[in-house]
Amino acid sequence: MSNTDFQRSLSPYGAPADSAPRWYFRLHIDPILVALLSVLIAYGLVVLRSAVDGNEALFNAQLQRMGIAYIALIVAAQIPPHFYLRMAPLIYLLGLLFLVLVLFFGVSVKGSQRWLEVPGLLRFQPSELMKLAVPMAVAWYLQKRSLPPRSKYTLICLVIITVPALLIGRQPDLGTSILVFGAGISVLLLAGLAWRWVLWSVVVIVAAAPLLWQFVLEGYQRQRILTLFDPQSDPLGAGWNIIQSTTAIGSGGLFGKGLFQGSQSHLNFLPEARTDFIVAVMGEELGFVGIALLLVLYLLIIARGLWLATQAGSTFGRLLAGAFVLTFFVYLFVNVAMVSGILPVVGVPLPLVSYGGTSAITLMAGFGVIMSVRTHKAW
Amino acid sequence: MALELSIKDQNQEVELFVRRAITMFVLVVLMLGLIALRLLELQLWNHDTYKSRSDDNHIRVQTLTPPRGMIYDRYGRLLADNQNAASLALTVEDIDELSNTINLLTDLLQLSKEQRTEIYERVETSRRPDVALVVIDSLSESQVARLAVNRHLLPGIEVVNQLVRFYPFGRVAAHAVGSVRRLTDEDLRDADPVQYSATTFIGKRGVEAYYEQQLHGQVGYQKAETDALGRVRKTFDVQSPTPGKALRLHLDIDLQQAGVVALDGRRGAIVALDPRTGGVLAMVSQPAYDPNIFVAGMTEAVFAELRSSSYVPLFNRATNGQYAPGSTFKPIVGMAGLAYGTTTWEQVIEDRGAFQLPGQERVYRDWSWTKDNSGGQGMVDLRRAIYRSSNTYFYDLASRMPIKDLVRFAGEFGLGTNLALDIPAASDGLLPDPVWKQGAKGLPWYPGDSVNMGIGQGDLLATPLQMAVVAATLANRGGRVSPRMLLETFDSNADSIDATAEFAGRAGEVSHPVTQLGLEKVNAEDWENMVQAMEDVVHLGNQGFRGNGTAWAYIGQDIDYRMAGKSGTAQVVEISQGEEYDEETLSEFDRKHAWFIAFAPVQNPTIALAVLVENGGGGSSVAAPVARAVVDAHMAKQQALAPRAAPSSNRFVAR
Repeated sequence: MSNTDFQRSLSPYGAPADSAPRWYFRLHIDPILVALLSVLIAYGLVVLRSAVDGNEALFNAQLQRMGIAYIALIVAAQIPPHFYLRMAPLIYLLGLLFLVLVLFFGVSVKGSQRWLEVPGLLRFQPSELMKLAVPMAVAWYLQKRSLPPRSKYTLICLVIITVPALLIGRQPDLGTSILVFGAGISVLLLAGLAWRWVLWSVVVIVAAAPLLWQFVLEGYQRQRILTLFDPQSDPLGAGWNIIQSTTAIGSGGLFGKGLFQGSQSHLNFLPEARTDFIVAVMGEELGFVGIALLLVLYLLIIARGLWLATQAGSTFGRLLAGAFVLTFFVYLFVNVAMVSGILPVVGVPLPLVSYGGTSAITLMAGFGVIMSVRTHKAW
Repeated sequence: MALELSIKDQNQEVELFVRRAITMFVLVVLMLGLIALRLLELQLWNHDTYKSRSDDNHIRVQTLTPPRGMIYDRYGRLLADNQNAASLALTVEDIDELSNTINLLTDLLQLSKEQRTEIYERVETSRRPDVALVVIDSLSESQVARLAVNRHLLPGIEVVNQLVRFYPFGRVAAHAVGSVRRLTDEDLRDADPVQYSATTFIGKRGVEAYYEQQLHGQVGYQKAETDALGRVRKTFDVQSPTPGKALRLHLDIDLQQAGVVALDGRRGAIVALDPRTGGVLAMVSQPAYDPNIFVAGMTEAVFAELRSSSYVPLFNRATNGQYAPGSTFKPIVGMAGLAYGTTTWEQVIEDRGAFQLPGQERVYRDWSWTKDNSGGQGMVDLRRAIYRSSNTYFYDLASRMPIKDLVRFAGEFGLGTNLALDIPAASDGLLPDPVWKQGAKGLPWYPGDSVNMGIGQGDLLATPLQMAVVAATLANRGGRVSPRMLLETFDSNADSIDATAEFAGRAGEVSHPVTQLGLEKVNAEDWENMVQAMEDVVHLGNQGFRGNGTAWAYIGQDIDYRMAGKSGTAQVVEISQGEEYDEETLSEFDRKHAWFIAFAPVQNPTIALAVLVENGGGGSSVAAPVARAVVDAHMAKQQALAPRAAPSSNRFVAR
């Protein structure tokens, strides 16, 4: 982003910088971002192709979901930002209601209660909705106020963020809880939250760590953290995932063992190879070069997303778009850090690459919102 | 635009957002940098560690069993074959709870209690980790099918195809060929643990044991890729095992069978040699055992019976049965007498059926002795003493000969030592002399000992194998051979058996030295005379009372080739002075052993043999017909082969 671009973008205020309405402005689509996302998705599908280990049905299912995700992006991009603005509090409150309902009536899968079900009709995960609803609510709250926000407003924002994050954490779904929390905090950071707040938070968290350890974290969560520091303490139990994934990545070396050639992935040593641990498949088969390419793609998408956010026609739009981009990054970071053994194991998929529909659709809808705030006229 | 919004300083807010966005982007780059560092650590700096960890995860080195060399008889008929058998193997490391798995297997395959115990035993003797260990041999087809269906319940269990030994001729050739047994820990102490790492059977008896090294071959390796459940997905880097060498023995399975038929269930042994080479044409020991049961495994009860039977079927009488040679020893005594000048062909004595040493009361009886003193062979020279088997003549001769001369001469024929080149387990027999007697019994050598030795009794002991060497030495007119089972070795490649296997002159053929006995005083004429005397044993007939060769009546009347032989009847228990031998009153194991040694044809002999029938009775009546049956089979074959002497007729035909 050159400085002159930046200057032009400011004038005339609120309108697209290059005011000559191009075709994609009318379609409310950013071609560069779509292109980058498509390259990422295509790259991801190649790796998934290997990770499904010949299971055509799974691969085709993922192709379908990606189609739906594209539709979600296009639809979300057509909706003007002020609609999101008006709906933000409503969606947030509805989401909260659902989360409370999950706590009492949710369906349990694999020991955690995350799903709401209308039998015979539909079944969905309210926490997924909160990934979009929380940053929207915070942006809605802050857009009327002068920025940087005063302490009082900041505190209210923290409440807006923390309540759903805690409810999700209770399910328990630590991964989504972190993502929702990160999405909300992203808005605050972009809104100009004073750095001293950030500093103090870190100090408080470090100070409270022993208390968190003792009273907040569940036994299995403590075990995961311990495992991170010494995977060999329980090589066939908690340590298995991390040992096998670091082995997969490490054995890949610079250029990898070749696509479809990963022994860790194809001989069932690697757990969750096509979902949360797909980056290990990539690391094993395509090596450091393969993952580096992936990270560069992500970086380009983040850069383009943030630039689009700066071009938005309103504070709400800027905050929302920026927050989505940062949430996307949190996804990425938590997943890769977990698989490579920097962070404890939490269930976070690799955005737009891991097998699974919900998160891909949410994320693409998020990118649709980013394009919406960029391409719609200021209001 | 609403008024309250315009109060906000939009430009300033945009600027703030841009600053923050840039800051966050820098943070993003830093955090991705952290991840990149971690990836560099895993994938570049510690790559080797993780690479080998990954390989250890899924690549196992497997050993490949070399196919054991086949064993053929001299005409290429299979004596020891390899057959495919489906076996159950388990890899202990891949099984969580061994007892659960074994319980499951027991139900699934309906295993007996013994088989269960066997599995545990074999698991405990497991030698190397991560090696699939064979715990059940020879699964039935339905067992294999049930295992296949329940595969998912049984991680670490595999059905493997194993080559196991099969002896098509079973007990007929059991003692000659020997047998293999399951490899034990004890075997592994002596064997090369690397070469035997994939081997389940080892030669334990006979040829199988002696030529173990050649038959075994060299172990092969392959790398196997296994999944997280331990199942082999594919193999690569295969270094095929080198199959063991195939053996061709001198043995002729037809002679072997003829011998078994002729013995007709009686206990005994037959050893037939090719006098030109020492090659063992037949080696029969009865009763025998079925070597296949050692391969398949047998119940304790069966093994106990085999071991404890008073008929000792596991005992190789042909090589390890030691018996007094009786009258078959007489040709040696005669030749010794000639060599040392104690007698001549012309010297004659009067045989009245008994012999006494001067000044002693003890009477040494001829076999024709009777209580009324009407026995004896009349006037006897050496030739008549052989074909009439006069004891008196040889009592007299031995009593007049220095014992050391007789012992030395008998030793030249291989008595008292194991001459066999590839039968190390064979017994030495016993060639007694004064030194031995002093040591073993604490008694001096009495003249009576020499007298007894003159007719092959006393302490003298020989194995049928040794007596076959004696027969061969006589057949060769003094040329002694060393018995050998092996004719040649060759590569166990089916093609080479068909295409290139000629009868002789190949690289694998072993040499057969013939040692000419270095006795200057025995000239060729003496040997020829002795051969003639032995020919009379078989062929001299129609001579009236006490005029015929001892074996003529039993085998000599319808014989259409010339055979030389000598009968022997060895006492097992001493008959009291003045008592007659009465078979009816003696228990089965106290009756006389029947011997016959022979060779044929008299000119240019091609077979020399010794037959022993344990507690069988008279040598001429019992053992000679057995010898004749074997030689008949041999001669028939020689005649059948003779017109087709061209090399092509000798082609070695596989199977």
